[in-house]
Amino acid sequence: MEAFSEVEGLVATLPRDDVDTDQIIPKQFLKRTGRDGYGEACFFDWRYDADGHERPEFELNHPAYRGAEILLAGRNFGCGSSREHAVWALSQMGFRVVVAPTFADIFRTNALQNGLLPVALDDPTCADLQQRAGRRDGYRLTVDLRAQEVRDREGRRAAFHLDPFWRECLLAGLDPLGMALREEVAISGFERARSPLLPTTRHRWE
Amino acid sequence: MEAQRTAYHKIWEAHHVAGDPRQRMLMYVDLHLVHEVTSPQAFSGLRAAGRRVRRPDLTLAVMDHLVPTWERTRETPDPVGREQLRQLSENCAAAGIPLLDLYHRRQGIVHVVGPELGLTQPGMTVVCGDSHTSTHGAFGALAFGIGTTEVEQVLASQCLWQAPAPTLEVRVEGQLGQGVTAKDLALGIIREIGVAGGQGSIVEYSGDTVRGLSMEGRMTVCNMTIEAGARAGLISPDQTTVAYLEGRPAVPRGHEFAVAAERWLSFASGPEAVFDRRVHIDATQLAPFVTWGTNPSMSVPVGARIPELAELPSESAREAARRALDYMGLEEGTAIEDIPLDRVFIGSCTNGRLEDLRAAAAVAAGRRVSPRVRAMVVPGSGAVKRAAEEEGLDRIFREAGFEWLEAGCSMCLGMNPDILSPGERCASTSNRNFEGRQGAGGRTHLVSPAMAAAAAVLGHFADVRQLEPADLGSAALGR
Repeated sequence: MEAFSEVEGLVATLPRDDVDTDQIIPKQFLKRTGRDGYGEACFFDWRYDADGHERPEFELNHPAYRGAEILLAGRNFGCGSSREHAVWALSQMGFRVVVAPTFADIFRTNALQNGLLPVALDDPTCADLQQRAGRRDGYRLTVDLRAQEVRDREGRRAAFHLDPFWRECLLAGLDPLGMALREEVAISGFERARSPLLPTTRHRWE
Repeated sequence: MEAQRTAYHKIWEAHHVAGDPRQRMLMYVDLHLVHEVTSPQAFSGLRAAGRRVRRPDLTLAVMDHLVPTWERTRETPDPVGREQLRQLSENCAAAGIPLLDLYHRRQGIVHVVGPELGLTQPGMTVVCGDSHTSTHGAFGALAFGIGTTEVEQVLASQCLWQAPAPTLEVRVEGQLGQGVTAKDLALGIIREIGVAGGQGSIVEYSGDTVRGLSMEGRMTVCNMTIEAGARAGLISPDQTTVAYLEGRPAVPRGHEFAVAAERWLSFASGPEAVFDRRVHIDATQLAPFVTWGTNPSMSVPVGARIPELAELPSESAREAARRALDYMGLEEGTAIEDIPLDRVFIGSCTNGRLEDLRAAAAVAAGRRVSPRVRAMVVPGSGAVKRAAEEEGLDRIFREAGFEWLEAGCSMCLGMNPDILSPGERCASTSNRNFEGRQGAGGRTHLVSPAMAAAAAVLGHFADVRQLEPADLGSAALGR
């Protein structure tokens, strides 16, 4: 996993609740077998019209948000399908942080696994940030994982909390799988003690 | 105190491998289900790191998401999808993972097939790179969807790092009215608690209404748990669970079955189980629901009207409703029964099991699909299809003008050729009415199988309770 400590970047807003992963990356892009090339397809149906032209009314198409690295979203961001492609697409569109009041569980885990930092801030703070970034005049934030703090250039600060496991993984660039495999003795011990009555998939399924 | 422990806590403690169970622990996975769409990058990640699949014998792969529902003799049409299917075959062969491919008679939707084979049992942990893995919670298993990176982690280690979650008891009491099904219960719960109502939590469904549901109905309810945003949903195992499992291929027989059954029942929540939150649902107040918007909480009883924006509780709810109505091509205040339909889809991991097809067939029997509607029935698995055919359900559907197709996820998510065209309106027994879910620009209304069949024959939504029951006779249903 790539290490993450701090991002200072432009903030783009998508002030809608319950943005589901079908919107972040529609199904037709899930047939691919690689992890790359999803950035252009991010928010596909909201972002482009039937002829493939950008829809000017879609918030993230606004010229003031080009190059944004911080996405300011609504409640329950990333709900629905478990598709990790949604995280790959957001990252490849250029985002390194998503700030929202709440996140859907699977999306949050997928984001953390890929070093896309989900930052949960309370509703009033998010509303305040939405208002500032919504002016489209280049509002920027610093997201500091070490200090677990978001701050702007005018001195506003908001604290956030990240589970210590993930904070450590992200700061040190640790790989959860590598950490699991280091528990080989415990895993083998657990397997020896499992009930022999538990099912296996080794059958002639007929 | 044993009496206070929940099923979730029992399963959690029984799967501790390493770490601190109160903070974050390495959790063992008893069953890993794999499908074509969310696994290729996991297998290539393993290969790149030189890692092997640790327990192919606890892993089952199924082709379901993008398989066409036409005859299996015809090729999968698009080359990108074909390549994904080919990679799954190759990855499974290389790792020794059993695969139910397109041509296997047991092929079907992963969440229909696992329980059917008896692979999902009480007290187990079950994961799959698919959010509707929550379905398996119906057996008193801890089952949840994961992303592709976690698929790779489970393939390599058979474990996942997990933090304990708070619990939410959804207690449902009272008799469901005639024509009100498990699907309506699921939609009713989401309507009550919202699409983020279960966020971060493990839901346990309890109460006499839930106890009275068949395993198939319980699977429908647990399936939709993810639509309330919960991490997982489960139902404590009981005699209904045990009876369903007896005789299934992966279930022990004879004396071992009795031992297994005793073990299964030990995972039920204690009589004084302590939950972090509780919600009560009165089943007698539920009706057949129809969604009108673009998330599963936006529903009303079939006899009602789409809410007026002014009735909604907040500006954000009004804004969400405005966007949804605009997408759905609907007006506030419209009577649900006045909404005309172009398509009907009966199937999916929510409602593609035999009981669902029986309920739809009971409405379709002796009637004709409206000329304005194209209606499809997609059994959840090859086994469901064969069982339905033995009962003559296929004949009932065909004679009524429904298409009777091969098993798969089909138009629940439209990754195969079954999709809505822009603007088409569909009554669907699936789980998500998100924008574009069934095809870009398509408009999805979620309903129960019986309600979908009623909509198909009338060409608009109708209260299934007001249709004359068709005279099927016991012979026509084969039971």
